[in-house]
Amino acid sequence: MIEAKNLTKRYGDKLAVQDLSFTVEPGKVTGFLGPNGAGKSTTMRLLLGLDRPDGGDATIDGRHYRDLPRPLSVVGALLEARAVHTGRSAYNHLLCLAQTQGIGAERVQEVIDLVGLREVARKRAGGFSLGMGQRLGIAAALLGDPSVLILDEPVNGLDPEGILWIRNLMKYLAGEGRTVFVSSHLMNEMAVTAEHLIVIGRGRLIADCSTEEFIERSAEQQVVVRSPDVERLATVLGEEGGKTTLDGDGVLLVSNLEAPRIGELAAAGGFVLHELTPRRGSLEEAFMELTRDSVEYGTASTPNAEGDPR
Amino acid sequence: MTTVTSTTAGPAVPADHRPGFHHLLLSEWTKIRSVRSTVWSLILLVVIDLGFTALFVGIMVSQWDKASPADHANAVADPTNAILGSGFFLSQLTVCVLGVMVMASEYSTGMIRASLLAVPRRLPMLVAKATVFGLLILVLGTVVSFASFFIGAPMLHSKVAVSLGDPGVLRAVIGGGLYLAVLGLFAMALGGIIRHTAAGITAVIGFVLVLEPLVQLLPGSFGKHVHAYLPSEAGHLIAQAHQAKDDLLTPWQGFGVFCVWTAVLLVIAAIVLKRRDA
Repeated sequence: MIEAKNLTKRYGDKLAVQDLSFTVEPGKVTGFLGPNGAGKSTTMRLLLGLDRPDGGDATIDGRHYRDLPRPLSVVGALLEARAVHTGRSAYNHLLCLAQTQGIGAERVQEVIDLVGLREVARKRAGGFSLGMGQRLGIAAALLGDPSVLILDEPVNGLDPEGILWIRNLMKYLAGEGRTVFVSSHLMNEMAVTAEHLIVIGRGRLIADCSTEEFIERSAEQQVVVRSPDVERLATVLGEEGGKTTLDGDGVLLVSNLEAPRIGELAAAGGFVLHELTPRRGSLEEAFMELTRDSVEYGTASTPNAEGDPR
Repeated sequence: MTTVTSTTAGPAVPADHRPGFHHLLLSEWTKIRSVRSTVWSLILLVVIDLGFTALFVGIMVSQWDKASPADHANAVADPTNAILGSGFFLSQLTVCVLGVMVMASEYSTGMIRASLLAVPRRLPMLVAKATVFGLLILVLGTVVSFASFFIGAPMLHSKVAVSLGDPGVLRAVIGGGLYLAVLGLFAMALGGIIRHTAAGITAVIGFVLVLEPLVQLLPGSFGKHVHAYLPSEAGHLIAQAHQAKDDLLTPWQGFGVFCVWTAVLLVIAAIVLKRRDA
């Protein structure tokens, strides 16, 4: 289990993460979503003790990362930035990490086979493609057979086959009861991988809920209405608080009103309806919706944040 | 997919026991031996040291009759220093470069993040790295120092006789290895503080080669004292058989001064490693 309590981190006068609190539960894949620069990587670095928070606290299974006696056996991490000496072979890279924990060379060979790097294991990591580099990073994360995985943009640079592989791997690891915390800017990728979502924007928490709930709660639910008399219908719905957009050729897109309510209003007004279809938003739309708000809010608050003397 | 879980017995020791320091030493040894540039630098150290010993001592012998009386006096007063100094005058630069690289390349490649995830308390990693690298250079440096002496002494024999049994000579030859080992740690500490390979190498070479002639421009006894306490000036005294007339420090005092410089830099490197975000 991962716990962040009121995490705050500033770089110079830029507030990267602000009063961020969340919990990541074991047994499911938790997605960590946010636009670029939202503070996802910073948060992960704070969890892993690479950066020191200016405020708040981050613990893994109740302990600070730096207090874990054999950290790689508890937490496996894949960082967004490369963390490999370019002159060292994949095998030796994993070996020197394994040796710090007293993990044997057999396990090194095992994770190399697991991520499919057997053929290039003795080659210098500097010559690896982005995808091979990601696989090497994942091998390092799995080295200690950890119960918690923290993966920053793991599908970056992977081909479709690789994406499917990592998706299944994450689900499998979560199915074994491990905690899997994975960041991504690919919202639709998260929709098929993550059960739970933590969404941040401008270093602040926007949402912490199940993926399904996230889409329902935040996507603008639209209803497609087709009628021979859309103009007058639009006026009627508008008076009831609905937001309407004409979509040409007798089609009206209505938000802010549920489909049954639209049906009732149409019946009461004697309108003929040819279609009345509720349309569920996609995760992508939900995400854009939420982060647009956070960007607007963030821009307004920036002068305040910078004026903060702390 | 069952291979995700370790099919071996898992970690040899339970996760609640901190791995012993020897695991960290082993890891740092793997790091050093598995990078090609390290191996090349070490080969270069041997080749340059022995090559220049033969070259400079050879020139000294063949030009003996044309050399000034002062040069003769120097060679006669301390032939050991003349032999060893010819070797590590240039080969010490490979140790400087390697020392900086061992630490700074962790930052330039991003490896430091993986290293610190494995050793999140950080300091044990630095101590292990310094131990492994220091010992490696000590062993290799001592071997090179002896080899340099055994190449140079017979060549010089026709002009000045010197043997390991003469007073101070054995200490000076072993001192050559000690000097290179501490120089390596000195460079490693600067690499850890500066975190940038090129800048780190520039800084070390500045200390070792550039500062010395500059400080000689300082006037009077003040200049002489500053000069004597410069890290590499003080340090290489240990590779002399005797204290020369105008040396302010004895060989061991000089080496002590060099060790203090290095210790201070290592402490700064440790504080910086502990405090800064990686």
